[in-house]
Amino acid sequence: MAVSVDEAVATGPARDRTPSARRLGGRGRSVLEVVLLTVLAVVMLFPVLWMIETSIKENRDVYAIPAKFFNFTVTMDHFKDVFVAPGGGRSALSAAFLNSVLVAGVSTALATVLGVPAAWAYSRFSVKAKKDQLFFILSTRFMPPVVVVIPIFLMYRQVGLIDSKLGLILIYAAFNVPFTIWMMKGFVDEVPSEYEDAAMLDGYTRLQAFWRFTLPLLLPGIAATAVFALIFSWNEFVFAIFLTSSDGVRTAPPAIAGLIGGTTVDWGLVAAASLVFALPVLIFAYLVRKHLVAGVTLGAVRR
Amino acid sequence: MGTVAVEGLRKSFGKVQALDGVTLDVPDGSFFVVLGPSGAGKTTTLRAIAGLEKLDAGSVHLDGKDATGDPPAARDLAMVFQSYALYPRLTAYENIASPLRARRCSSSEIAAAVERMSNLLHIERLLQRRPAQMSGGEMQRVALARALVRSPRAFLMDEPLTNLDLKLRVEMRTELTRIHRSLGGTFIYVTNDQVEALSMADQVAVIKEGKVQQVGTPTEVYERPANQWVAGFVGSPPISLLACRAEGDRLIGDGWTLPRPRWTTAEDGRPLMLGLRSEDLSVEQRGDASLAGELYGLEPLGDRTVVDVRVGTEIIKVKARPTVTGTPGERLHVTVDLDRAHLFDAGTGLALSEAGR
Repeated sequence: MAVSVDEAVATGPARDRTPSARRLGGRGRSVLEVVLLTVLAVVMLFPVLWMIETSIKENRDVYAIPAKFFNFTVTMDHFKDVFVAPGGGRSALSAAFLNSVLVAGVSTALATVLGVPAAWAYSRFSVKAKKDQLFFILSTRFMPPVVVVIPIFLMYRQVGLIDSKLGLILIYAAFNVPFTIWMMKGFVDEVPSEYEDAAMLDGYTRLQAFWRFTLPLLLPGIAATAVFALIFSWNEFVFAIFLTSSDGVRTAPPAIAGLIGGTTVDWGLVAAASLVFALPVLIFAYLVRKHLVAGVTLGAVRR
Repeated sequence: MGTVAVEGLRKSFGKVQALDGVTLDVPDGSFFVVLGPSGAGKTTTLRAIAGLEKLDAGSVHLDGKDATGDPPAARDLAMVFQSYALYPRLTAYENIASPLRARRCSSSEIAAAVERMSNLLHIERLLQRRPAQMSGGEMQRVALARALVRSPRAFLMDEPLTNLDLKLRVEMRTELTRIHRSLGGTFIYVTNDQVEALSMADQVAVIKEGKVQQVGTPTEVYERPANQWVAGFVGSPPISLLACRAEGDRLIGDGWTLPRPRWTTAEDGRPLMLGLRSEDLSVEQRGDASLAGELYGLEPLGDRTVVDVRVGTEIIKVKARPTVTGTPGERLHVTVDLDRAHLFDAGTGLALSEAGR
């Protein structure tokens, strides 16, 4: 998650902190704390830094021994290679990025459109065996995807969804709907149902009441949930590599992984492609960072 | 404008029976108060009338027509919620306009209606504010305006004054009575505050554990409670209840005797409860019917003092002048106005026949 520790603390339920805790975390941060945080930051950020460096180094500098930290020639060639094929025209990688955008976007939209009304219904109505149903929905997330990939591969082969974007969209949506329902149910629970009651007495139907009065209040929650779903679909690797094979369908994660292997590895290209791949998620997470924290800590705050 | 009649309403939430056969008849144009302690089923009754609650059994008739299955929008009712339920993203103006927008009124109609309401409730300066920028009392007025802006069959009010401070609550009580008089219309008003019920209602329905205990005018409910529970719930300080039995021309309790009231017909030896309101008791003059006890405590309330007197093992509350003094443990006599006393069957709690009064 692209939320730094500092942000998470700052936007968290700071009010609940006791005065003594505030004193500890205040200006008088101890030396030990600073040292530990520095070590942690270096360990966490070094691979990222190295990736950035590699993406702008000439290939001979990448392989240089001892490694060059600072005095290397900066080049943007690798980034150009990510998007432009050696002979001109669009590269296979850029096609993979477009596929990723399409698959992640559509599957997230699908999961949101299906999951938000479902969450509303589970929150507002008395449904038979509601708890069991919700547990069942959650249980679909218990297994790691790799456990079900073989049966799904066989089923997809039967129905002709193998090596198709639609197949990926459907499977990602199927994984994101339970997540959306659970996360959104928390947000819907927070919105008093009386707004809808009042709207219905004003003369609106139940659906109009939801659409006009509850949905606008849910938008921050929907944004946070959608970003989580988007990140899942964007990053997903296992299904993508098992269920797709052709360049026209493949998403970015397997495409980037495919760069490694063969006799020589163009590490500059791998690093540049990885950076481009990571960027959208970082930007999205940054835009909705407050809601991400709110989503994660939802229910942790006493009302 | 509108009559509301509900019959045999039943509703359970899991194991809790919220409504257990509630039947009410609200006449056109009345200020009808549903009074009961929290958890009695008052709000559920109101929500059932509004169509917000699916019933297990029973029917709702509006203007004589069966509306039991109708959605809320089709019932032509307006409601004020305890939490006000103002739409947080809309200004006061838009909140008040909402019922008219839902009915596709023209914007000139809406402007006129909102202006009329804001004059009636003195909220002109709030119209451009959002709920978050208003105080509780201001939100309350806006919520009221949203309900009153139309002329529906009936206005439903779910403890609208509960969240206000005392001074504002007293003010709004008068205000609501004024509005009811000037607008006419049927008001169904739910509260757990018996002062509100007694001061505002034309008719009071006292409800407990999903069952209607008594329906009547405030005077009837106060002067002739149908059972021991109503007697205890309505009135402040609460009525004092003493266990006793009738023997010949005496009422005999635990360490005291009183002349038997002329009007009671209870047979000798039947276990009874004697109910005495604080204003029907006196520590200041001696009469024939009096109870000997000792002073237990004094509660000065400004305009009066409530004297707690121990009679046998029970404490009874006596209304006295604010100047009354005494020390705990002091022996004294409490004079009883037996003509105004209440007798209940100790087993069923029902009031004994008071036909002779």
